[in-house]
Amino acid sequence: MTSDVDYDAKELYAERHKRVQDAISLKETDRVPSVFYSMFWYAKYGGVTCRDIMYDYDKLSAIVRKVLNDFQPDSFSLPHPIIALGPSMEAMDYKQLEWPGHGTDPNVSYQFLDKEYMSAKEYEEYIFDPTGFYLTKYLPRISGVCEGFGKLPSFPGHYYIQSVLGARYFSNPAVVESFQAMARAGDEMQAMLSKAMAFAREMGDAGFPLAQGASAISPFDYFADYFRGSKGVMMDMYRKADLFLEAMDKAAVFIVRSAVAQSERQPCKTVFIPVHWAFDGLMSEDHFKTFFWPPFKKVILGLIDAGLNPLLLWEGDCTSRMELIGDIPAGKAIYWFERGDLFKAKEILGNVTCLRGNVPPSLLNTGTPEEVDEYCKTLIQVVGKGGGFILDGGIGVPDEALIENVKAMFDATHKYGNG
Amino acid sequence: MGNKADELVKSIAEMDEEKAIDLANQMLAEGVDPLEVLRLCRVAMDIVGERFEKQEYFLPELMMAGDMLEQIGAIVKPLLMDQAGGEEPETLGTIVLGTVHGDLHDIGKNIVTFMLELNGFKVIDLGIDVPIEKFIDAIEENQPQVVALSGFLTLAFDSMKETVEAIAEAGWRDKVKIMIGGGQIDEQVTNYTGADAFGKNAMEAVSLCNEWIGGAA
Repeated sequence: MTSDVDYDAKELYAERHKRVQDAISLKETDRVPSVFYSMFWYAKYGGVTCRDIMYDYDKLSAIVRKVLNDFQPDSFSLPHPIIALGPSMEAMDYKQLEWPGHGTDPNVSYQFLDKEYMSAKEYEEYIFDPTGFYLTKYLPRISGVCEGFGKLPSFPGHYYIQSVLGARYFSNPAVVESFQAMARAGDEMQAMLSKAMAFAREMGDAGFPLAQGASAISPFDYFADYFRGSKGVMMDMYRKADLFLEAMDKAAVFIVRSAVAQSERQPCKTVFIPVHWAFDGLMSEDHFKTFFWPPFKKVILGLIDAGLNPLLLWEGDCTSRMELIGDIPAGKAIYWFERGDLFKAKEILGNVTCLRGNVPPSLLNTGTPEEVDEYCKTLIQVVGKGGGFILDGGIGVPDEALIENVKAMFDATHKYGNG
Repeated sequence: MGNKADELVKSIAEMDEEKAIDLANQMLAEGVDPLEVLRLCRVAMDIVGERFEKQEYFLPELMMAGDMLEQIGAIVKPLLMDQAGGEEPETLGTIVLGTVHGDLHDIGKNIVTFMLELNGFKVIDLGIDVPIEKFIDAIEENQPQVVALSGFLTLAFDSMKETVEAIAEAGWRDKVKIMIGGGQIDEQVTNYTGADAFGKNAMEAVSLCNEWIGGAA
């Protein structure tokens, strides 16, 4: 027998889950749903440092538990996989971020280091053998303990007895050291994820569905951010156009495979995709149509074909791209616009994709609860009309948001229903 | 030579990198004054800047043009060693600029620096994660007309506010205009920090400086 409390939580879970799923399917709901997404605001709310929530898995869970109970959102993004990474990153000697107490102040969020992690000359190598390049060149550059993998041979050249002779590479001390160090990092990561998933189940039992499971990326951002660096990729559009396009085509397959594999272990079928390089004024419309959208669309369609719902956070102001990004199947995706004009989005994309956003961080951090309430009311009434809208901040709840303003935002969905 | 000069300007402006470098090498080999080659580069950069303002060109084109200029500059530099050091180029005004403390982002800041320099301003770029005192020292040393604070993260709101307050306490608030810019910056943040204005992009930064310093509007 389940208790009344359990039964209520189950009902609540089903009701909230349906509300969010209906919004994705562009159906009208009883009220506009809300989602709790934040990065380091949890530290502020819990009165601890940013470093604390990157290193102490239980502390983070305790704060998120309190947040969900206090704000009662319709779903939430489990922050552990993007926050509780300190011990694993240390174990890997991870190089692409500076983080609290490791390059930044303990009270400041982690920050990405924009650098060239793959040279322009290496596109051919990536295209010819992505896995070999990744394992023996890329991993050693982004992780100090992976340097030994640089000693591994090009395995497909081994055949018959050479495959047996090739066993010796696995006993190379540098290789062994790298494998052992990565196993330690892996154990740490597994420990964190086990706790995170147990926490997600606990919150599910308490009535809070997850808002996202796997994550993915656009092929352009994949190379721009994590391989070539911002300057490199902009040059590549002129100097290496064909190779860049071919590499993105290849990467798209891996990105979809990875998101599908992650989703198999996830209860939530929404795939989070932050979009970095699409904003207005960054590249010309011709370049966007050539380099950005076609490989990205391939990823989006691949995810939809696999039964997943892509959730795209269009960072910056992408209003001028809205006409170009509407050619996807209707009712399958969520477009979350950070600074884009949601009223315009409703007109252009309202019949294609669920919209999400976008109370400005400036308002949440420096405004009053009355101003936040007024802003949310307008969004709910205009963008929420007829369904297909999820209320949220432009970037979720920013790290320094005022608590009373966050409260005003989550209260608004209850106050103004479906507009 | 006239024809090659036009071609050089055109190939830089049209992003034809190979041809531009080739032409620059040819002209120098034929004995064209290195200073003349640099002048032609500046003419080309003006065209690039105009197209950027008209939104025909975007960041990749600025990066490419900047890189071509650097390459030609590197070829020309040894040839200039023999000549008398040229006088300091005249500037419209001085801008002290940096990403505020706590924030390590520099892409946006670098583009603003590039566009300000292209438009004739002298820019003292203090880099990223700039402590307040470093801004004050640079202001005292360079006596700029404009201070530009950059920040991508939301934590920059407070860093900007503190920096503006410190500039006031040091007695410089009435002597400089302060502009801010970056990912989340809007009118509300401008009021919060006490800055004079914000720019949504590099062109708006240039417009603000032109307006304040009285250059070509």
